[in-house]
Amino acid sequence: MVNAHPLVRLETLALIAVGGFAGSNLRFFAMGLVPDVPSIVLVNAVGSAVLAFLVYEADYADRLTARTRLVFTTGVLSSLTTYSTFALQTALAASPLALGGIVAANYGLGLAGVLVGRFLARRLGVPRPTGGETT
Amino acid sequence: MSVLLLEGIDVLGRTAVTIDPSPAHVVGTGGAIGAVLRYVTTQRVSERLSSERVPLATVAVNVIGSFVLGLVVFAGAGGSTLRLVGTGICGSFTTFSSFSVETVRLYERGDRVPAVATAAVTLACSLAAIGLAWLLVAATAL
Repeated sequence: MVNAHPLVRLETLALIAVGGFAGSNLRFFAMGLVPDVPSIVLVNAVGSAVLAFLVYEADYADRLTARTRLVFTTGVLSSLTTYSTFALQTALAASPLALGGIVAANYGLGLAGVLVGRFLARRLGVPRPTGGETT
Repeated sequence: MSVLLLEGIDVLGRTAVTIDPSPAHVVGTGGAIGAVLRYVTTQRVSERLSSERVPLATVAVNVIGSFVLGLVVFAGAGGSTLRLVGTGICGSFTTFSSFSVETVRLYERGDRVPAVATAAVTLACSLAAIGLAWLLVAATAL
């Protein structure tokens, strides 16, 4: 990828841009439906779960192409989830309790989402004979 | 004919002046820019500071993005500017999903201390960056 033709890099950037457009719009949509703090927790937990599924899917079944992965992982999911808004909400929290709650909800449910995604990837994918964990 | 043409330009000109892009378009455009910037930054950081034990690139984009969002919000930006730069660019530039997946992968690989440290350092540095942004805006406003 590093020494790829400039036009290949252009395609990479275009795929990421399209994914970023979709991902950020989904987050904006969620922020319109649910209040600010819960909406960020929601997109971060769901985005972490789906990204974990795609990343661990590569370890087990590996059915997706590199382009599909690029659009969804670097494009949609990384743009759907956000750290900056979460950090600002934490910084502007009204009380220490609210601050702790925002951090616990995002970190806790984000990490729980990763474990759910990993579990699903293991259930749906038959482990490859070479490499990967054998649990 | 020329009158028609002029009228056409006039109509086009008027619509161009009064155009009010929908919030979703503004956020999406910012999101596309933020995602590409994140990819480019991640590539650059990974090339120069490759680290097996700490996902430095993700830490970097999250701290930088939090700083810029702090600047935009404390500077009092609203409406389309906040949607483009805040929700769009900074929102997409920073990522929670890569952060959480990389942290779990570090942890399950046995690098437990780096995993917990990454999570703690990202939060501490992002909050410090937002504090710095607040100080900068407060200082320039005086």
